Order: sequence, then structure tokens, then C-alpha cells
Amino acid sequence: MSSRTNISCLQEAKRVAIFGGTHGNEMSGITLVNMWIQNSAEIERNGLVIKPFISSPRAVEKCTRYIDTDLNRAFTPENLSSPDAEGLPYEVQRAKEINRMFGPKGSSDAYDVIFDLHNTTSNMGSTLILESSTDLFNLQMVHYIKKAIAPHTCSVLLNEHPQLKYSTTRSVAKHPIGLEVGPQPQGVLRSNVFESMRTILKHALDFIELFNSGVEFPPCTVDVFRVQERMDYPRDTNGNITAMVHPHLQDCDWEPLNRGDPMFLTFDGRTILYEGANTVYPTFINEAAYYEKQQAFMTTCREILAANAIRKACK
Amino acid sequence: MERHNNLWRNAVALPAVSRVAVCGGTHGNELAGVYLVRERLKRRGADGTEPVSVVTVMSNPRATQLCVRYVETDLNRCFTQAMLSTPVSEASPYEMIRSQELNALLGPKGSGQAVDLLCDLHNTTANMGLCLITYSDRDWICLHICKHLQREMASTPVRYVHFDIPLNEAYSLDSVGKHGFAMEIGPQPHGVVRSAIFSAMQEGVQLMLDWICQFNSGTLFEGGWVDVYTTVKNIDYPRDPETHEITAAVHPDLQDRDFCLLHPGDPMFLSFSGETLRYKGKEALYPFFINEGAYYEKGIALSLARKKRVEIPSVHSETLR
Repeated sequence: MSSRTNISCLQEAKRVAIFGGTHGNEMSGITLVNMWIQNSAEIERNGLVIKPFISSPRAVEKCTRYIDTDLNRAFTPENLSSPDAEGLPYEVQRAKEINRMFGPKGSSDAYDVIFDLHNTTSNMGSTLILESSTDLFNLQMVHYIKKAIAPHTCSVLLNEHPQLKYSTTRSVAKHPIGLEVGPQPQGVLRSNVFESMRTILKHALDFIELFNSGVEFPPCTVDVFRVQERMDYPRDTNGNITAMVHPHLQDCDWEPLNRGDPMFLTFDGRTILYEGANTVYPTFINEAAYYEKQQAFMTTCREILAANAIRKACK
Repeated sequence: MERHNNLWRNAVALPAVSRVAVCGGTHGNELAGVYLVRERLKRRGADGTEPVSVVTVMSNPRATQLCVRYVETDLNRCFTQAMLSTPVSEASPYEMIRSQELNALLGPKGSGQAVDLLCDLHNTTANMGLCLITYSDRDWICLHICKHLQREMASTPVRYVHFDIPLNEAYSLDSVGKHGFAMEIGPQPHGVVRSAIFSAMQEGVQLMLDWICQFNSGTLFEGGWVDVYTTVKNIDYPRDPETHEITAAVHPDLQDRDFCLLHPGDPMFLSFSGETLRYKGKEALYPFFINEGAYYEKGIALSLARKKRVEIPSVHSETLR
């Protein structure tokens, strides 16, 4: 009886965007979006407007992460409200344009869903990234996707951390979802990574179509990894790294890291151990783009999120 | 005793390898070499008297600083005789100016003053293990060093790759030395240092220097044979005729299978529309540099080589006996 009264009625998700090339050297998303811009048959769904979009064309053209500044950190209130001016960094201009086209961020005119496609050099497999633990639509979609791809797996990363959460390109939408697939080197397209990303998006769009057609999704739970802390490399006084991710930690994304486990190996062969009190689950281990952001890996803790049943709101 | 005397009698005497250059950061985002050079430079002066002098060089400091392959043009294509003798000015691309600086420091290429051996450290996104890449298939010094690494490196496959290009068209930094090779290790993404790859490179360089010290001290190295992979051709991705964008990815059955024989009819690419594209050559060949990130812009999805067994003589240095 209580389940009948605990159904959340949510607005139809009519406008969906798929962003590739937020970072110009993460090739799976760039390739998929370019393919769908040429021929959108695969992504068409009844009653849905779906827009494939290259976020950062100049970075894509140069096959580089960014031109002036990281686009995926650029959607801050300051940047979005800054006046148009000569000499604004390319990515700030771009953020304002994207906010105009797909936002404004926080308003009722914003796109309903934005998928932002990324690759990582870390061994994270397929990972869906959430920014809120209370977005029922997103939680139900993630649950649907995980069931649909079984026995293949997909991890769910939740970044709700007050300091470590950042202003992403997708945050312009009401329901932002990051899709991060690795390992794949920057500038490289690996067939298996490309196809995994393509399959996950297929199921995501199926979910949205089903939701919009009135299907009710029962209550569910989602296992997530919640971002805790950023761990930097040991560095010398000049800021150069003095150690590498230890071979026992390399490629062990999502596996428990306990106190006393090897963490780094210095260039002269000394092991540095993890000293934290609690077991953590590291991710983004040895991501190329994070050397300059002072991050060797991120620690997370496991959590189970609960989501009410959802159904499209009646008009 | 008889066999010992025979070995010496049939051995080839070669000049000592007195001056060696170890270069890293020729591509600024191939990080194992960058960090190895930094560590060696930090520990300069700790080396005692050895029968070899080693100069350690960061080839492309600006690209290394920015962690990019190159700033204006690929440094490792700037070492042809023609490019080394082209007059440069301040307006010239940075890497053109730098290649001539390196040629003055470690060469001049083709002259008696050039370093005896130049080892240029590289990484690749391809699953190639450790490869010594050079322009000759009968440089006994390079072939013996390869044999030594193969014998001593337990967990890393070591191979010898021969670029079949006439020496006067050789374009890479390693061609500046009297002997030279690129020491290429993968797989490692660009912009990343993986500790297992760094350790393998460190071990490879140390074993190379150990061999050279022993050689210079008069040790006789017994001959034998080495498998040599000689380049035959490169294969590009299938591309859209109008946009020139790639329309397929390296097939999952080929990805990471560097140096596994590719037969006519084997899968090579998987198009985005789901079609398998197969190898149409008549001859089974050995693929390598499969899906190297830096080669998309050079129009290379993979390279193909023939394998042959090369007999190498026993060698010793000329200085003794």
C-alpha cells in the first residue's frame, strides 16, 4: 500500500543532448557524436528531441584536451554571468554559448538530460557519473542501464563533495549524466571502448523513451561509489612528481585499498604505503589529465542509494 | 681451449663504444624516458670511473614542459641530412632549431666526432613490449645489445625492428650516432608514466650500459642469431573520402596483438556500421605499432614487417688483443 503512495511524478524528459569532445582528445565520444550528426537514425526515439553536439570544436580539431582552460570546469556562476568581451578564454566563451543553447543552467528552459561522453586512461571500465544523490530520474535511469547491460558491468561514481565537485559542461541540464569509459589513451580510439559507450547510450535513450511513454519504474537501489578525497603524487620542492602509482595499485580502480597497502613507488625504488584509517575504493588511478590537477587518484566509499518509484507526471 | 681459440679467431673486432648518449623527451609526452632522463641528470656525478662516458640529454625541453609530443613539428623527423644542413633563423620552427643543436652536441651526423652510440627513449600506446628500432639489420653492436637484453630481461619481450630506409634518408635522432636505436616501450598512454614501463626502461638502459662496459673492457661476446623484423609497409585507417575522418577502429581481434602473425583474411578493422574489414595482402606479415595514438595524423593504423633470422658473429673491442 505504501508503494502506491510513494511514486514520484516527474516531468517528461523531452529534450536530450549528447555531448562529445568536451575534451578534444577523448576519442570515443567525439567519434560517436560526429557519426550521429551525419546520420542520427540510431539515436532517434519517439517523442524525443535528441541533439548530438561537439562541445569544443577547436580542441577536437587540435586533438587536445583544451585550448585555454578546461571546459569541464568552466561552468561556474562567475563564468556564465561574465559579460561578453574580447580576450575571454575560448572555453569561457564556449561555456556561455552552451549555456545559451542548452540552458540557462538552473532554469525551466534548460535541456532535460545531457549525456557528456568522456574517456580516461584509468582502468575504470564503464562508469556513470552522478552529481546528486537525490535525482530520482537519474538514479532510475542508471539502475535500468545496469540491468540492461548485465552480465557486463558499469560502476557508478557520485560526486557530491562540497569542495571536489566541479562545474561540468553537463551541469547546464536538469538531469546531467557523465559517461566515462576507460582505459583508453588520449588521442586513441579502441573498438571495445567505443562499442561499450555506444551500448550504454542506447539503453539510456530506451529508458527515456519508456519513461516518456508512461511506464512506471518501481522503487530501486543503486550501489554507488561516493567521492571522498583527492590524493596527489609525492612531489619535490619544484613541483615535480617523485614517485609513480605503485604496480600493485595501477589498474586496480574500484578495488579496496587498505591501510598498509602499497600506493606509490619512488623513482629510486622505495614503496610508499596508504596510511588512511579506513578502507577506500580508489578510482581515476593514473589519469593522464590529472597530473596537472594534482591528482594521482581519488578515494571513494561505497554507499547504497534508494530511489522511489517514478512515473511521468500527468498533465 | 680449442673452441675458445676458434671463437677469438672468428670474432669480429670493432671499435670500443666509448661515448654513449641517452636521450629522453624527444616526444615530450612519452613520460618513461622523460622521468628516466630527469633521474639520471639528478644523479650525475655519482658514476665513478667507467670504461664508457655517458651523456644524458632531454631532447625537447619545451615539449616536455608542456607535456605534448611536439611544439611546432615532430622533432624525431628533423634529422635527415637535408634538414640538418638547412639554414635556420629565429623564425624557423622550434624543433628544426633544436635538431641542429642536438646534431652539434651529439654529432655531427656522419662524422668522426659523433657519439659512438645514441639510445633514444620512447613510449608507444601500442602493445609492443620493448623494441630496439634502427636502420640497419647488420649493426653487430646493436644486435648484440638486443641479444643481451633478451637474455637478461625475464618478464619483458625484447625485439629488434629494422626500418628499411637508406641511411641518407634516416630522419630520427638515433641516426646521429655512429650506432643508434630508439628504445621503444609500450603500452603506455601518452602523458602517463606507468611504473612497470618505467622499470623496464630503466632495466633496459642499465643492461645496455653494462654490455657496453663489458665490451669496452675486452669481453668476447659469442655470436648466434637474432630475429629481425624488417618493415614492409604501413596501413592507414579506412577514411571517408570527403571528410577524411576515420570510418573504422582497429578490430578487437587485432588490437594489442603486436607481433602476432597477421594472415590474409584476418580481421583488421571494425567499421562503425559493424562491418569487419580484413587484411587483403597476399603475404602473412607481423603487425606492430597497432593503434599508436600519434600516428593517426601520419595516416598509420599499423605497420607490417617480415621476420628473418640474422646470424651475428662473435665480437670484441679492438682496444685489447
